[in-house]
Amino acid sequence: MSLAMYQQNILDHYKYPRNFGPLLGAQHHAHVANPLCGDELDFFLKFDEQEKIAAVKFTGQGCTISIASASMLSEKIKGLSRAESEKLTKDDVLKLLGVEVNPARLRCATLSLEAVQQALGHH
Amino acid sequence: MLSTETIKNDFPMFKANPKLVYLDSTATSLKPQAVIDAEREYYEQYGVNVHRGVYALSVRATDAYEGAREKVRKFINAKSTKEIIFTRNATEAINLVANTFGKSIGRGDAILTTEMEHHSNIVPWLPPPTPSALRAAPPNQGGAELRWIRVTDNGELDLSNLGELLKGVKLVAITQMSNVLGMVNDVKMIAKKAHSVGAKILVDAAQSTPHMPVDVQDLDADFLVFSGHKMLAPTGIGALYAKQEILQDLPPFLRGGDMILEVTKEGAQWNELPWKFEAGTPNIAGTIGLGAAIDYLQKIGMDNVWQHEQELTRYGLEQLSQISGVKVLGAPTTPAATPPLQGGVTSPPPTADARPSLGKLGIGRAGGAGRGAIFAFTIDGVHPHDIGSILDEQGVAIRAGHHCAMILHRKFGLPATARASCYLYNSKKDIDQLVKGIIKIQGMFA
Repeated sequence: MSLAMYQQNILDHYKYPRNFGPLLGAQHHAHVANPLCGDELDFFLKFDEQEKIAAVKFTGQGCTISIASASMLSEKIKGLSRAESEKLTKDDVLKLLGVEVNPARLRCATLSLEAVQQALGHH
Repeated sequence: MLSTETIKNDFPMFKANPKLVYLDSTATSLKPQAVIDAEREYYEQYGVNVHRGVYALSVRATDAYEGAREKVRKFINAKSTKEIIFTRNATEAINLVANTFGKSIGRGDAILTTEMEHHSNIVPWLPPPTPSALRAAPPNQGGAELRWIRVTDNGELDLSNLGELLKGVKLVAITQMSNVLGMVNDVKMIAKKAHSVGAKILVDAAQSTPHMPVDVQDLDADFLVFSGHKMLAPTGIGALYAKQEILQDLPPFLRGGDMILEVTKEGAQWNELPWKFEAGTPNIAGTIGLGAAIDYLQKIGMDNVWQHEQELTRYGLEQLSQISGVKVLGAPTTPAATPPLQGGVTSPPPTADARPSLGKLGIGRAGGAGRGAIFAFTIDGVHPHDIGSILDEQGVAIRAGHHCAMILHRKFGLPATARASCYLYNSKKDIDQLVKGIIKIQGMFA
């Protein structure tokens, strides 16, 4: 059921995305895009001395699912160590969303994870 | 308008999905029972190969296959069945032209296309993406320059500098109706201009043949392509029309059985037209299905189909323009056309000779515009994929994305749009359902 994807909390994250905006002094950055639907995300990360994620911000445009998942993921990874954040999987993102994402929209849900993984790989 | 209740009874998809509001016919049309029956009848009763067979069943299959060619000829008013080549779809037909006629276009020549083309009429003319050495000499055009007719903010072609653009052009590759904007181009006028500089014209009629009368002689098209599946026929069958004098001199596209007269160890002699361009066993069932689709459309009458959809175009534009936050691409109104047909019943089919002039149908007026019932739209603050998903929940099937027209979307600064499109089985009620759905979406995202 596709309407089940549009829960209040997902719409809330879409309308008021957390950690949205550029991050000055970011040590890590990645840009990902899905040209098929025009979704684009930029993730910015900053680590503290303990190698934990001290700050995370993102910018971009996309559908409800991609923006909400980016917003939720940005909250989730703050404070995580590099190793912990590298271990995140598709299932973790789906768990954050907490709704059944229909197969046609799976890529929207995982675009933010792709961005984080790429950012971690780029110094 | 057409009696859509009666028409819907001919389409089993509406029996299986009684609540379906199908607004995605630009992607593919639904199929009437008559088309499905024609395909099944072939497989069940005379499902053998065409040509060469000496037994009665093969003769029957050949007659049905070649009979469909004659139906296509009549449908687009070609002079001869030698000018009708069956392909898988419009895309394959364009590739056929690109790989035969296109090879004669080289460095110093130009190909003129438009910013509103479907990828199928852009990519065959583009240089390949990599490596850069190949980019300098793309195989299909030998380095020809690709030029673009601009699209205005209103979704019309900017033809103000057409004379300048046509200099050195060997081929104009242009759509008759945009699959995003619904805008109809005056290809007849553009063909005249192209011919005056010695260029040929290829008309992408994938969106026009399903919805309006198309006459290749009246347009004076050199090449015209279309897909069966957008006009009630099965998938996997389409056609290329080309003038006989052009086809005669072109090399074959694909080689193999059925396209030769004689094969020796030294070489082969190509078959006559049109079979020279039909290598291998063709899509026999699909072709027979296409013939049945043409029969169905002609029984209703293509002018009646066009008038019905003109009424839906007017209604749709009027309804959608009243919703604040919704923007529809393309011209905001239909050009002046004849008033809609009166009454709710279908008019008797016109005779073959009483083909209405295109001018009377509101296409081909000065500036070349017309507009079909395709509505690509955006809703402020809502991504097209969300629009598509939520409308789906309400039984309304539309498409979301770039609709194989990335250049057009980029031009309008949009990554994607939602697109609702109509056909002969759609009524004003379907548009009302769409509007209801849009208002619900706006409520959710408010």
